[in-house]
Amino acid sequence: MVIEAEENRRDFLILATGAVGVAGSAAAAWPFIRSWSPSADVLALATTEADLSALTEGQMITIPWQGKPIFILYRTAEQIAQAKEADSASLPDPEQDKDRVHKEQYLVLLALCTHLGCVPQPIGTGDFGGFLCPCHGSHYDTSGRIRKGPAPKNLPVPYYTFKDDHTIVIGKPV
Amino acid sequence: MSKLMEWVDARIPVSDMIKSQATEYPTPKNLNYWWNFGSLALFMLIIMILTGLFLAMHYKPDAKQAFDVVEHIMRDVNYGWLLRYLHANGATFFFIIIYVHIFRGMYYGSYRAPREILWWIGVIIFFLMMGTGFLGYVLPWGQMSYWGAAVITNLITAVPVIGEDLVIWVWGGFSVDDATLNRFYVLHFLLPFVIFALVIVHMWALHAVHSNNPDGIDIVDEKKDTLPFHPYFTIKDLYGIGVLLIIYCWFVFFAPNAFLEPDNYIPANPMQTPAHIVPEWYFLPFYAILRSIDFLGSFSKLAGVIAMVGAILVLFVLPFLDRSPVRSFRYRPLSRSLFWIFVANSIMLGWVGYNPADATAFDGALPLIILGRTGTAIYFGYFVMLFIVTAFKIEKPLPLPKSL
Repeated sequence: MVIEAEENRRDFLILATGAVGVAGSAAAAWPFIRSWSPSADVLALATTEADLSALTEGQMITIPWQGKPIFILYRTAEQIAQAKEADSASLPDPEQDKDRVHKEQYLVLLALCTHLGCVPQPIGTGDFGGFLCPCHGSHYDTSGRIRKGPAPKNLPVPYYTFKDDHTIVIGKPV
Repeated sequence: MSKLMEWVDARIPVSDMIKSQATEYPTPKNLNYWWNFGSLALFMLIIMILTGLFLAMHYKPDAKQAFDVVEHIMRDVNYGWLLRYLHANGATFFFIIIYVHIFRGMYYGSYRAPREILWWIGVIIFFLMMGTGFLGYVLPWGQMSYWGAAVITNLITAVPVIGEDLVIWVWGGFSVDDATLNRFYVLHFLLPFVIFALVIVHMWALHAVHSNNPDGIDIVDEKKDTLPFHPYFTIKDLYGIGVLLIIYCWFVFFAPNAFLEPDNYIPANPMQTPAHIVPEWYFLPFYAILRSIDFLGSFSKLAGVIAMVGAILVLFVLPFLDRSPVRSFRYRPLSRSLFWIFVANSIMLGWVGYNPADATAFDGALPLIILGRTGTAIYFGYFVMLFIVTAFKIEKPLPLPKSL
């Protein structure tokens, strides 16, 4: 004999148990998943300061920020002119040079190729007077914009501010 | 002794299991030497787990210590050099064996019904092996370790929308660093045991449907067509292991760095990429496929990753693409030609992957990228052609023998 109320009650219990089991497992998985995200000490190293007073025209330095290389180039007038001239060229990832710098002479770039994350070679190694990524042959110009090769995007400009005339702070405090 | 075995067998039937699955296990009598590679792969897995365990007792997964501790293993630990060279070269020989094992399955139609699940488990093992190999290569924390890890993890950024966040999660930071090394070490330790478990499932599936054979026909009469595994195939497998050990040990003792990159003896430097990054040889054909998709503008990266992963995933559907009534390519002339083109093409792709992206052949007349694209087309073309010649009955199979 089938008692309909009993059947419904049992179905409900099975469904509810299943739902709680799935939701519970998902909730229990969260701490494990989150444990892979950057830890507090890694996040605490979010900013880097650099003194640019010793940098002279045409020189480039590489400094580490969050374990990644940052290129800071004191651009020559010629390099600035080259970058501005290319504003009107057909660019794979169109951006104006003025939108990529705070002070015209200082080009600050996150030096990781947007293709697969290699460090491009210093200024003057690529076509267009800029940077060449040796891994798969991407060429960036004197504004760090992609001009040729497999990379899809321009070299990113990290968030930075000038603390005073010669001190740059890269990154946002977390 | 027999009293003791009786006591055990009454509680867990060990003797029965050994008899039916090992010593008296009926094995096709016409198996050729290509069937040695399964047992060779198991042998290599055991060598890798054993040497790996003892290396792990000396290794430290710390970005500041990893490089030095590998040198410490090489110079200070008793026989540390031997353990490391056995392990590093073991990876190479494991992959050589697995590639032959896969090609053997493809040639003799071992993926065909009723062995599809057996084949799929094998493909999953292959996939995990590639992951384990990659993770292990990161551990010495040399320049190639670091930049190999950087390039491969950067493939994750090709995932639409969440790619950028996902890679930070995988790194545990904003670049490949200490947190990355530590988790890679744990996963490199864990995965071989997952592989070992899957190997047991692989053999379970094998023993459920039994071995294929070079003729690809079913066993008609077990008495006439099969031999007991012991001593006929234990001795044959031992012979294979002997041959393997001679070649493997020659490399370990006389050319231990033949498959290693000199750049990996330079400590990892996140500020400088080596001029020419090359993956381990066993990834090269897939690396060439990844790089060959460069003509789709901003979609190139994602498309390259999809093509590379697809090159392995396509193996999953192989059992359904092959519609021939005959399993073994011995009796399928068209499929056989396609197969050898596929093998030659895979080697060619490996060579393209080994060379820099902008390299050329024949004094600049032939950019390798063209070869890479052609090779990628041929790679996937094999599966399409195999379907066409079998589904539309273009291929006329030769007559099959009546029995083994």
